Amino acid sequence: MQIRPILSTLRHHKLTAVLLGLQVAFTCAIVCNVAFMIANRVRQVTLPTGLAENTLSMVGVEGITKGENPQTRHAEDLAALRSVPGVQAVVAVDSLPLSRDESSYGTCNSLQSLNQAIAAHSMDGVAGCVDASVYSGSPGELATLGLKLAAGRDFQPGEYLPAKPGWMIAAVPSVIITRALAAQLYPGRSALGQSLYMGGSRPIRIVGVVDTLLRPRLRTPAVDQFSVMAPSLPGDNTVNYVMRSAPADRDRVLKAAVATLSRIDPDRLIPPKQTRTFAQLRRSYFERDTTMIGLLIASALGLLFVTALGIAGLANFWVQQRTRSIGIRRAIGATRGDILRYFQTENFLIVGAGIVLGAALALALNLMLMTHYELPRLPLWYLPIGAAVLWMVGQLAVLSPALRAARVPPVVATRSV
Amino acid sequence: MFGYYLDLARRSLRRTPVLTGLMVLAIGLGIGASMTMLTVLHVMTDDPMPGRSAQLYTPHLDPLPIGFKGMDIAGDAASNLTWPDAMALLKAHRAVRQAAMAGGDLLVRPSRTGAQPFYADGRYTTADFFAMFGVPFERGQGWSAAEDDARAHVVVLSDTLSRKLLGGVDVVGRMVRLGGHDFRVVGVTADWQPSPMFYVDASARRYSDGDKFFLPLSTAVDLKLDVNGNFNGWGEDHADTRMVSPTTTWLQFWVQLDTPAQVAGYRQFLIDYSAQQKALGRFQRPPTNAKLYGLMAWLAHENLVPNDLRLQLWLALGFLFVCMLNIVALLLAKFLRRSGEISVRRALGARRRDIFMQLGVESAVIGVAGGASGLLIAQLGLWSIRQRPDDYAHLAQMDVPMLLGTLALAIAASLLAGLLPAWRACRVMPALQLKAQ
Repeated sequence: MQIRPILSTLRHHKLTAVLLGLQVAFTCAIVCNVAFMIANRVRQVTLPTGLAENTLSMVGVEGITKGENPQTRHAEDLAALRSVPGVQAVVAVDSLPLSRDESSYGTCNSLQSLNQAIAAHSMDGVAGCVDASVYSGSPGELATLGLKLAAGRDFQPGEYLPAKPGWMIAAVPSVIITRALAAQLYPGRSALGQSLYMGGSRPIRIVGVVDTLLRPRLRTPAVDQFSVMAPSLPGDNTVNYVMRSAPADRDRVLKAAVATLSRIDPDRLIPPKQTRTFAQLRRSYFERDTTMIGLLIASALGLLFVTALGIAGLANFWVQQRTRSIGIRRAIGATRGDILRYFQTENFLIVGAGIVLGAALALALNLMLMTHYELPRLPLWYLPIGAAVLWMVGQLAVLSPALRAARVPPVVATRSV
Repeated sequence: MFGYYLDLARRSLRRTPVLTGLMVLAIGLGIGASMTMLTVLHVMTDDPMPGRSAQLYTPHLDPLPIGFKGMDIAGDAASNLTWPDAMALLKAHRAVRQAAMAGGDLLVRPSRTGAQPFYADGRYTTADFFAMFGVPFERGQGWSAAEDDARAHVVVLSDTLSRKLLGGVDVVGRMVRLGGHDFRVVGVTADWQPSPMFYVDASARRYSDGDKFFLPLSTAVDLKLDVNGNFNGWGEDHADTRMVSPTTTWLQFWVQLDTPAQVAGYRQFLIDYSAQQKALGRFQRPPTNAKLYGLMAWLAHENLVPNDLRLQLWLALGFLFVCMLNIVALLLAKFLRRSGEISVRRALGARRRDIFMQLGVESAVIGVAGGASGLLIAQLGLWSIRQRPDDYAHLAQMDVPMLLGTLALAIAASLLAGLLPAWRACRVMPALQLKAQ
């Protein structure tokens, strides 16, 4: 295939070809970044919490009677909920992954680091200290939530202490932490049996390590797993009861649980919004991201469609415009394949030029997004994939006009317009 | 001539109906998406107090110790005031009006038996609040500074809450139970909700319902009522003492300043106050850290528009831009293909200007059709935004300026798109074209 005649033809349509190339370039730049954003959001939305999610449902309860002992109330409620048909296990917890309801503590691997952090009024930049979310719950939390121990053991009944109202957790003797937190605080050694310091100078023994336990509120992937479980009985009037049941039983269990709870003590609030399965909680946490993914996909497809439309439309005009010269070429011996390939090559060149510019634009756009929207750096392998997609779209779009051009009979050359 | 050009445009466009339809759709999608996002941003950053916003200012001090960084989740500790600072600014009385405030979330028990208790959001504030913000009253009035000092158990209800609690019309003077305490109703406001709620804490929802009740801040502190907002401290404070602690910020403060001289004077007062506190050893940072923000400047500083929305706007504008490039290229190719026809017209005496007009009309037809479909698509987009769970969702409505803006954008976009092709086409050399044929 001769490229030179194509180039010299394009020189006659400089402005149009440049405009098309620019369109391809901007499409390439935007689509590459949009695809990257989609990948990031999808990764976020599908993050595992570590829980046996499809077996869990929750009822949030707010006591409003003054002066009642929360732990007594919780124990009575738990006993009643256990007898609800279909409930396999139930615990009272202060918070859950993705619930947005967070208690976090400065958590340090030594007293020295803790004192440094206190002096600096911040965890930032203090070695051995991180900000970690703390979950407290009644006995059986680990098993009920379906968390997997990677090492160590669950809490023993004697370790549980009641938290005072207004305080996040009790002065517990032991904690279970996540593998990610263990790796951060005790790099290169086993976290089991180590002491950590959380909000006070009293050492707390690490008795277990769980694989995965996401925080109530996500920040960045590096710290999303910094969670601690404490054997502290929730001490607030507001509490969540988490019930484990067969997935099919969840709706029925929720209804029965609400009825049971309001029968035991009618004078409290059971907000309908807080009565939900874990699947619903997850969906509501990621609702904005799901919307954003939909919008991103729609705009990427829209852009590709508009670009395909531009390529096809332009090829169409050019075929009409060049009908005579195509006829002449056919008359002096060019085959149909030659004509077809001519248009395909022409398209390949324009799109190719656009992609080269587009790759540079994509990186520039990513740089802008990195500074303004805290997006990570675009992996370079997105560029060849974006290029391949655009080339393919270009070739598909030009196919129909090119085939029409190939069907132009040589006799056209002899006709005057 | 215009009618003739319109007819020519119609004929030309009908020769390629699919392509014309797709061009209209592309420009419609681009404009619809852009206008949807522009409308959302427009309503979110609108002036919440038209006519008053220029006189409203919020003072900010920097009482933080040197080296204090705080936690990412807690936000900026210096964005609110501590109790001693707020009371000092209040007592100094250097502005025309001034009020300290904080959000509250109280359990309300309707007096009727059988009615479920519920939580209501309201505000703990000081006497000037109502006059400064121009809160409209249905009945009664706010409380006085003397009642602030006396920690009076008085409350101003919103019309909605007053109906819900007491039902009848004659509510002033009656008692209501909020957060376990009895309060005497002194006034009922008409339902009043600035949008955005500029005076709330950074952690509060800015676009949801307005305040349902107002009661004296001093009373709330006295009774230790629940505060709905951020307590941000750097000292050794317990939950019991943090409200009056000099090392915990939680109060918002607004002042009314009518003249530039008053504004400059207040700015100086804040710096002097900070210097005095620094001399006393309470503040550590430079006194010039004290700031006075105007209402709109404060909203800009708070950056109320979520990043996702900005991203969506850029996406929509990017889409519009690519659509425009596309249409410019298509129109250019289309017009140039008609070089022959154009040359004949030129040879018959049409001026360049006439050709330009003819082609301009053709691209304007596409633009107007695209704008009309863009308007429909924008309505669809706004409807979909109203289905979102965010607190700004209910605001996503197009007002008259945005409606006109959409049309203007559509016409500007299409004229811009048609300009280059039409200009290029009317410069075709007639002789060359005619000879070639």
